[in-house]
Amino acid sequence: MEAHGVSLRGLRKRFGPIVAVDGVDLDLPAGKLIAFLGPSGCGKTTLLRLIAGLESPSAGRILLDGEDVTEVPTHRRNVGMVFQSLALFPHLSVGDNIAYGLRIRGIDRGAQRRQAEELLELVQLPGVADRHVSALSGGQRQRVAIARALALEPRLFLLDEPLSALDAKLRESMQVELRLLQRRLGITTIVVTHDQREAMTMSDLVVVMGHGTVQQAAAPLAIYRAPLNAFVAGFIGSTNLIPATIAGAGRIVCMGREFAVASLPDGIATGAAAVLSVRPEDVVLHPPPASRPNGLGGRVAFIRDVGASIETHVDCGAVTLISVATPKDRLDVDTVPTWKRSCRRRLASW
Amino acid sequence: MRRGEPPRTLRQHAALVYPGAMLGVLFLVPFAIMIAVSLYHRVEQGFYEPGFEFTHYARFFTSFFSDHLLFSLFIAALASALCVLVGFPFTYALVRLGRRAQIPILVLLLSVLSLSEVIVGFAWSVLLSKNAGLSNLLVWIGLLAKPLAWSPSFGAVLCGLSYLTFPYTILVLYPPLSRLDREMVEAARTLGASPARTFATVVIPVLRPAILAAFILGFVFTLGSYLTPQILGRPQHWTLSVLITDQAIYAANIPFAAAMAMFLTLVSLALVAATLALNRSARRTP
Repeated sequence: MEAHGVSLRGLRKRFGPIVAVDGVDLDLPAGKLIAFLGPSGCGKTTLLRLIAGLESPSAGRILLDGEDVTEVPTHRRNVGMVFQSLALFPHLSVGDNIAYGLRIRGIDRGAQRRQAEELLELVQLPGVADRHVSALSGGQRQRVAIARALALEPRLFLLDEPLSALDAKLRESMQVELRLLQRRLGITTIVVTHDQREAMTMSDLVVVMGHGTVQQAAAPLAIYRAPLNAFVAGFIGSTNLIPATIAGAGRIVCMGREFAVASLPDGIATGAAAVLSVRPEDVVLHPPPASRPNGLGGRVAFIRDVGASIETHVDCGAVTLISVATPKDRLDVDTVPTWKRSCRRRLASW
Repeated sequence: MRRGEPPRTLRQHAALVYPGAMLGVLFLVPFAIMIAVSLYHRVEQGFYEPGFEFTHYARFFTSFFSDHLLFSLFIAALASALCVLVGFPFTYALVRLGRRAQIPILVLLLSVLSLSEVIVGFAWSVLLSKNAGLSNLLVWIGLLAKPLAWSPSFGAVLCGLSYLTFPYTILVLYPPLSRLDREMVEAARTLGASPARTFATVVIPVLRPAILAAFILGFVFTLGSYLTPQILGRPQHWTLSVLITDQAIYAANIPFAAAMAMFLTLVSLALVAATLALNRSARRTP
């Protein structure tokens, strides 16, 4: 059995009439990197703040390594946190920022200094301990905030939208760096993000949040390939969502035609309404006639060719399907008025 | 023109004419007149005539006046420090309240500014009096055996001055405190600092410039007060401002009053400069 780093039991948080977190039950494995992913206002930041003890839950329990910490105040939980604003102390030097927690613990100044320098090495920013925080670039401040959060060797490392202030290029490289750092330290880490690419890049486990609840918690690719519901399918990557009806074992009906599907979720009855999710890269374009299995006829409405990928919007009557292909799969669709598609894989949800 | 850049074009220079002129007319010219008058010759039983003498400044160096100067500086610093000491935690708590709770408190505080110094002074003298004052309440509760006269006294003057300065202290502290990044406080908490420790090691150091600004404003404001010490204090509690008024209005010795006012201005300027310099050097070696 896997050791649980963090366990949440029936966690709820209300702010007046607003329920930010509505009954969350989660077991987060120790030593892994977990991403809380969701649109703004879905409760992911509140959930992180509950774990850090910065908010107290309206109901439910929080367990850290099996120990109930629901009533333990923040400063005794020993969780390291990187804030969205980074929240570096402007009155302290870089070294003193990192050593702040050590100073609070009463560790002597020489040891503080040595540890701060070690941590700066760890985040690949050596030799800036004496500099003022305002003399650093955005990316460097990010590293200082990470070093400060790790200074006390916390049992949990929390990051609240840590990379949102960085430009796209720096963000991508920091994602990789943060992931490698986490692997090296083997510390249980939770990252809150609204960027699904970031979540997919970094994490072992993605927790998709929506409307204050956990919509799905699984490995990144599992979430992408088998989203549990339309919310998750729509939020992770782009997808075509098509209304459908269950027609029986492995068969569904949509847009008046019957399609074969590889698998259907358990416990779904024949005749039930469902939503079919087909990833754009699974929509393959062929010239007419549209008589192939799982094929559907339509008319090309728009082509977005950005070189690396070609996105084709196809008007199929009731819905417009989006197909994404790489240039080597290129089909000269401009000259083809009708086409048919086949679904190599399909996912049903409701 | 971007902030902090010196003006370059004629247009940018022209924009400075109006504030410059107003500063000159309303501040520099009267100040120059005061300097000139402080050097004039006083006519006994009359007014003054143009002259150039340092007799008024020399007279100032008697122990009577210099004692009052020291007392003025002392009580102004004390009242201002008291305001910051009470006002800082107060404002810290205030900015954490919801907007709806903040507004009535702020309105109430600022309404104190509409009261004249005379009204505030007499109100405090009644509140601290033997016959109708707060001590009667303490007798009624049983904390005191018999009512006491708390005014006039040093404490009464301090009370009145602090009361008048308090709204200004809050006005100066409110904006920087409301802008304080709450995540900074939370970061300190996650790093193991208790709320009290956080307040001492993060909130106060980060807001030191605001605290200093509030102190200096309160100090300068209190230094100019001349009614409160007369209403709530004995003659030994009179500040230099009271003596200046006394010389200017009752003794009709305008040159001497001007000389004292000059001296008070210079001393307080020097103190403010010293405080700022001290802050800068403290910042360099935290």
